[in-house]
Parts: sequence; C-alpha cells; structure tokens
Amino acid sequence: MSQSAEHILDHENLFREPEYLEMFESKKTNFEDPHPAEKVAEIRDWTKGWEYREKNFARESLTVNPAKACQPLGAVFAAVGFEGTLPFVHGSQGCVAYYRSHFSRHFKEPTSCVSSSMTEDAAVFGGLNNMIDGLANAYKLYKPKMIAVSTTCMAEVIGDDLNGFIQNAKAKGSVPEDFDVPYAHTPAFVGSHVTGYDNALRGIVTHFWEGKERAPNDKINFIGGFDGYTVGNMREVKRMFGLMGVDYTLLGDNSDAWDTPTDGEFRMYDGGTTLEDAKAALNAKATLSMQEFCTEKTLGYIKERGQETVALNHPVGVAGTDRFLMEVSRLTGKAIPAELEKERGRLLDAIADSSSHLHGKKFALYGDPDLTLGLAAFLLELGVEPVHVLATNGTKDWAEKMQALFDSSPFGKGCHAYAGRDLWHMRSLLFTEPVDFLIGNTYGKYLERDTGTPLIRVGFPIFDRHHHHRFPVWGYQGGLNLLVTLLDKVFDELDKNTNVAGKTDYSFDIIR
Amino acid sequence: MSLTAEQAKAKNQELIKEVLEVYPEKTAKKRAKHLGVYEADKPDCSVKSNIKSIPGVMTIRGCAYAGSKGVVWGPIKDMVHISHGPVGCGQYSWGSRRNYYVGTTGVDSFVTMQFTSDFQEKDIVFGGDKKLEKIMDEIQGLFPLNKGITVQSECPIGLIGDDIEAVSKKKSKEFGGKTIVPVRCEGFRGVSQSLGHHIANDTIRDWVFDKKGEPRAFEGTPYDVSIIGDYNIGGDAWASRILLEEMGLRVIAQWSGDGSIAELENTPKAKLNVLHCYRSMNYISRHMEEKYGIPWVEYNFFGPGKIEASLREIASHFDDKIKEGAEKVIAKYKPLMQAVIDKYKPRLEGKRVMLFVGGLRPRHVIGAYEDLGMEVVGTGYEFGHNDDYQRTTHYVKDGTLIYDDVTGYEFEKFVEKVQPDLVGSGIKEKYVFQKMGVPFRQMHSWDYSGPYHGYDGFAIFARDMDMAINNPVWGLTKAPWKK
Repeated sequence: MSQSAEHILDHENLFREPEYLEMFESKKTNFEDPHPAEKVAEIRDWTKGWEYREKNFARESLTVNPAKACQPLGAVFAAVGFEGTLPFVHGSQGCVAYYRSHFSRHFKEPTSCVSSSMTEDAAVFGGLNNMIDGLANAYKLYKPKMIAVSTTCMAEVIGDDLNGFIQNAKAKGSVPEDFDVPYAHTPAFVGSHVTGYDNALRGIVTHFWEGKERAPNDKINFIGGFDGYTVGNMREVKRMFGLMGVDYTLLGDNSDAWDTPTDGEFRMYDGGTTLEDAKAALNAKATLSMQEFCTEKTLGYIKERGQETVALNHPVGVAGTDRFLMEVSRLTGKAIPAELEKERGRLLDAIADSSSHLHGKKFALYGDPDLTLGLAAFLLELGVEPVHVLATNGTKDWAEKMQALFDSSPFGKGCHAYAGRDLWHMRSLLFTEPVDFLIGNTYGKYLERDTGTPLIRVGFPIFDRHHHHRFPVWGYQGGLNLLVTLLDKVFDELDKNTNVAGKTDYSFDIIR
Repeated sequence: MSLTAEQAKAKNQELIKEVLEVYPEKTAKKRAKHLGVYEADKPDCSVKSNIKSIPGVMTIRGCAYAGSKGVVWGPIKDMVHISHGPVGCGQYSWGSRRNYYVGTTGVDSFVTMQFTSDFQEKDIVFGGDKKLEKIMDEIQGLFPLNKGITVQSECPIGLIGDDIEAVSKKKSKEFGGKTIVPVRCEGFRGVSQSLGHHIANDTIRDWVFDKKGEPRAFEGTPYDVSIIGDYNIGGDAWASRILLEEMGLRVIAQWSGDGSIAELENTPKAKLNVLHCYRSMNYISRHMEEKYGIPWVEYNFFGPGKIEASLREIASHFDDKIKEGAEKVIAKYKPLMQAVIDKYKPRLEGKRVMLFVGGLRPRHVIGAYEDLGMEVVGTGYEFGHNDDYQRTTHYVKDGTLIYDDVTGYEFEKFVEKVQPDLVGSGIKEKYVFQKMGVPFRQMHSWDYSGPYHGYDGFAIFARDMDMAINNPVWGLTKAPWKK
C-alpha cells in the first residue's frame, strides 16, 4: 500500500507504484491478448517513416485528429458577443451540452446556451413545436434581450425552416413580435466553426440592418472573429482605439461575458455589443475584420450595404500590427499616437534583444486559417522558418495566401502550407521532416509526446493551461506576449537539454 | 445549521413552488413532476424521470451518441471508434472523459484519438456508406494492430438512411472476421445519454457475444469476476481492481475503462459480474444472467463505509477463502482510512452538499461524504430512471431535495436558497456556482483529479473536498469595503 493520509498520492504518481505496475502487467498478459511487444515496436517505427507518410497522405476518406470543430460552435461564439443574448441551437440537445462544455473548458467560464431538444418525433414531424416551446421557455426563464438561433445538423438534414418557425412562434406568442430573434442555418457538414461564426454574425447583422436606410457617419465597425484570445484581444483593441480617439463599434464583444468576476453573483449575461449599437452599426463608414476567413459572408453583406470593408488575417507582430493600425488610421483619419509608436519600439526592442534565440529555428504550426496566417507572418519576422503550416479548415485560397507569404520572405523558402489536412498528417510531417518547435492547441500535446517536438500552446482550444486567453496576442503588447511565450519554451528546452550534471552541464548557462 | 426533516420538507416544498412560478404554465406543470422532496419509507423519490427534456430550459443532458461513444464504447482501447457523421461530436468528446488506459496510442491503443468521417454536404446528399467502407480500408492500412472497429452514429446517419450494418458485415468478412460493430446511437434517439448506453450494451450482445467463429481459448477459475460499469476515470477501475485481486478474486475483464475486446469476449466465462454503474450497464448484466447464468451484484466503492459493505457482499458469492480475503483487505486498509478521516473529518464535519450528476453518482457518493461527516441535502440525476430513484432511497435522508433533469435556472435558484457548502456537478455548472462564491467539485471528471474509487481513491476524494470547501479564496469574494 503506497497511499497515505500524510502524503496523498495523486493519479500521476499512485499508478506508478509497484503494486499497480504489477497489476497492469498481469492484466495485460493474462486478459488483453496483446500484440507482442516487438510487433508494437515494429509498427510504431514504421509509422515514423516516409513509406507511412505517403500512405497517410494518400488517405481520402478517414480523418484522424482534425484541428477544427463544427459550425454551431462558432454560431454560439458569435451570439455570446451581444448584449443580453441567449444562444439558442435548434436541433438535438447533446450538441449544446458539447458546445457549453467546450467553451467552459477553454475560458474557465460558464457558457449559457439552450437547445430546442429535438428527438425522434421531431425528426419525423419537424421541430416547429420545439421552436415554439423553446423560445417561450427561454424567454420566460432567462429574460434575454435577444435570442440568436442557429442549427445542429439534425435540423439541417430534415430541412427545418428557421424563418418560418420563428415567425410562427412569434404569432403564437412565444416571444413578443418585436423581440429580436436573428437566425442562421449552420449545418455541421459544411465548413467549420469559423463558417458558423460567419453565418451567425451575418444573421445578426442582417436581422438589424435589412430594410433599414443607411445614414453614413464617421464611425467604424470592428469584428474580431472566432478567437480563443478574445478576452485579452478585445480589451487591447479597445485600449488602442481609445489611444487613437477612434469612434467605433465592436460587432461582437465576448470579453466581459467570458471573463466575469467571482464576487458572489453569477452573471448569465455581461457586456457585449448593445443591440442599439448593432443597429446603428449600419451607418458606419467602414467595417474592419481581423479574420478574413471567419467573416467572408458577413463582410460581403456589409459591403453590399455600402460600407468599405477591410479584412486582415489575425495580424500579430510588428508588421501585422502596423498594417492594422494604418488601416484604422486611414479609415478614420485619426493619427497613430506617439504612445502606440513607443509600444511598437518596445516590441522591436524586445525582438532585437532576443531574436538570436529564435533566428533560423524551424517551426511547425497549425490552427484556424487566419490565426496561422498571422502567426506565420510573425515567425517570419522573427527569422523563424515556419516549415509546416497546417489548417484542417483551410481552403485552397488559404494555401495560396500562405504560399504568397512564404514567398515574401527568405525564411519562407522550403516552407509548405497544408490545407484540409489533420494532426495525423502533421505527425508524419514531424517524424519525416523534424522541426525544433510546434505551435498548436492543446491537442498538440499528443504530437509532442509522439514525436518529441516541444509544443508551444497558441490557439483554440487550450484546455490544459490556464488563463492565457486573458492576455492579448493582438497589438504590439500582444506581440510581446507571444514573443515571451515562444522564448520561454525555447529557454526551457535549452535548459532541459543541458541539465545533466557531469554530462551536459557545460551549456547550462546562467545568462542566456 | 441542520434542519429537522419536517423543517427541511416544508422549506424544500416552498422552494419548489417558488421555482416553478417563473415557468410558462404548461412547462411548470411538466417540471413539477421532476421536482420533489424525499419522504422516508417511500419506495422511490416521488419524481418522474427518463422523460424528454423541455425545449429552451437549458437541460444539462447530453445525447445517445455521448452515451455510446463517450461512455460505453469509447474506452475500449484496442478498437478504433469512428465518430460517423460531421466533425463536431467526435471533436467535443475527444479525450475529455479521462478514461485512463495503458497502451501505445496510435499503434495498439486508440482511446485518446478522434477518428471521424467528417461528413460533407455530398455525404448527406448521396449517403455515406461508400465513404464508410473506404474509411475502414484506410483504418486497416494505417492502424494494422487495431482489434476491431465500431461505428458510432451521429444524428444524420439515421436520417439519411445509411446501412451501416451492411457495410460492417461486408467489411468484417473482408477483413477475415474482424469485429466491426455498427452502433445506432444517433443523438436524437431517446431523451438523454441513457438510450445510448442501452443501444451500446445491445451491440456488445449482438456483435461481440453472438459473433460467429471460434471462441477464444480461456482457462477459467472459480474466482473469476468482471468489473462492469467502471470507466476508469482518473484510474477508478484500477483502484477497484486492486482490492478485488487482493481479496483473492481474478478480474478477467474491465467494462469498459482500460478494457479490450478480448476482455469483452471473455466475460461470459465469469462466475460473477460486479456492477458499479447500474444505469449504463445493467442491460448487459441482465443479459449475461439470462443467457449465461452469471449472477451480478451491485457494489459501491466510494468511501470506506460502502467499500467495506461491498467487499463483504461480493465475497458472500464465494467460498470462505474469499470471505477471509475480504476481511483481510478491510483490516489492511483500516488504519489508512482512519488516518484520512482523522485528518479531514474535523475540517468537513457538518458541511452540506448538493449534487447533480449522471449514472450512479447522485446516490453512490453520498456514503463517502457521510464518512467525512458531511450531509447531502439535495441530489438529482441527469438521465436516471425510476429504478435509480428507488435505489436512491437507501442513501438519502428524509426531506432531501430531489431534482430530476434539473434546468440551469432551477439549479441556480436551489443553490442560492439552500446555500450548501459544496456543489458537486459538471463542467457546465462549475463556474456558475464558483462565481456565486460556492465551492464546487466536478463529479464527472473528478475535476481532473481522482481516482475516487477504492481505498486509495477515498484519500484523494477527502483531500479534494477539503481543498474545495476550505479554499481561502471563498473568504475573499466580497470586497472588504463593501461589507
């Protein structure tokens, strides 16, 4: 017996005690009918080679460890960004349990969202009654200012008509006639969570703007897109806009909803774009989106309504932030203030101080299309080679854009963009063409374990490290945060590789 | 402050009334049947259960897919489980249940991987059977050491008329009789995870037990048992298995945490099935009783009180050697348990707990809290049936607040009014209550801790409850200048 009341052993140590190791061995040998250890070793080695890589890349139907989620997740994200808004997903209820869990695991925050709980009878007769009852219950219980409806694949496959259903529910008195119920069809079998964000945001904007006359003013709209760092990023954007004196509307602001205080009160809703602001945003002179691939349809609609639109690709680092601020300056006529110029200088200063530890390093990187474009640009700026860049939800357009980015820098030579590939493909890449570091979300830890490539966690979801989403990656300040994140790992690895006394201790420097 | 049973009853009835007032009339009427107060000596908890959740109320429940892939099948480590349909279901359930296992992931074990057919529009329009065939070929090619495949159906499969059974049979034949199991666990089936458990149980019966071919060679002993309904969350099944082995039994299978297809196949040779999660695996236990004559016994490995009783209960099905073994095990761990209780009981005595969990936990963990001098004042099941509520009567006190398929609104109000010292529920609830300043532990995932089963687990359980309740942060939730 190894457990004791004085020193309680947790799972990571308890199961390494001899009584458990012996038990595992006996279970395996006597009952599991295992493959011989040599066979397992042989296959494991085989999966590391070029032959396996080619077989792996020849896959046409099977997806293994994808780096993407489904549309309604993005729709819920978009809905949470509006004042007093309850996301309502029409279809099976299990999906909603999954979205809520997924966001809560990343943000360490509650995520309120309801389902219309469709079951087999709704599959046969359609989900109209579920919509009527669902809206009535949600309205009465949770007193939202707006209910934003999206769909699971079940409702999409049976072809439920959201607009008709919502009209019907209003006629039945589920919610008042003038209550805001924007909607979006978000089939899980098309695109990914970024598509769902786009569809839902377009649904909200269309709901408020359609049929309204536009009276242009000098404000600009800002869209952040589906972003795991939305809490830190939105606050940083507001700060920068404040310094510039920009008159703006954030179309979707999740920063307060997903960062509520522990003070004795549960806030089901907090912050967000006010519905008044969302309506008035029609009159802005322009809309700037931080994530092109996340807002293609939304920007298309906004452009149709007469605004200028600007789409960036999750800009990070010096040049990315320069471009962002210059676009804001151009659109608003406001100068970039000395304060921000100083921040720029400080980021550059930090890069100059440290870049010798990054220069020439090889990185692999995966994530959403815009995030990977932004990060790859930052890496190139640091003299890092982003050798493998992968986006499971990346399209041909994305790959071309990434290639153009590679071509723009000497450090992009020999780098490759992998659109539509998954993390099992990445595994083969890391084995056959190894790199120094990997950037990705929490699921990258399996790649780190298999291939030994140190993982730097940037992306969504991050379940196994806490609170990084509270810090921005946008702006010069965000660039500094990212730089430090990269450097910390580089230094930790360097120390780890030089810390055996009497063997590798000669490089175990006190000053780096 | 503990109330008398009569006071608690009156207060809880009042509370239920108050909560129901907010609902639209039709909904209030429906929800009223799921909320109740336990009256001692009643055969159940006087609440309705296993009924469709009401749209728009924020149920905590999941779906049949979660019950099959997430609970029953997913932990079987040497098989590849395909999340068949769009990408999301597999993504959100990827690695999140902490079903521990030992193996070389990606080579001979596959639990913490996400295999999906990633359905696209064309698969919905033209059907996914061809794609599924291709997927099975690719699995065979890239993961040659897999011992079998299951097809975990997501919603669209049953709606577009795919014939996954035909594909599975065809491919099994092609792959020399490999076990390939089609599971009709589409998320819209049933009212919760529960039907998914049942469907998954039935597929083990039909596609594993009743599979044609030579049965595997197996030499039995009189002391062979199988652990049924332990998903090895944080290592629970291991902390249980070690006790059964110490008392002289031979555990021939684990269902399904750290389980393998060979263990499933061997189970009909067991002398006794010991069942932890009754809700999710009573079906297959009953089947094995009927078809193979294997008796089954429910047990409870949460907290020394229940563990002791369970070890004796299990031993009672065997000879004196095992009975003596059980006593030896109980005696061996007694000092450890006493030390744990001596350390934590003074810190936890009299603390009041509210639970809302799935499976067996809304009742099974009550004894463990009581071992520490704590009191469970409210409990409810996410997807329980009436037989769960019947079993609950053996655990709860007169006057306990009972809430079936609780809604977000109800749970928040109940906790606000009852003011427990600890809430035990899931990730969706965790931060709601922590914001309110109420200590919380996740009782599905053990809040990334565990094991909580067995004697080794109880030490961790006691420590965790203490660190939640006696966390200094709860004394700081109000700014001092606001007092």
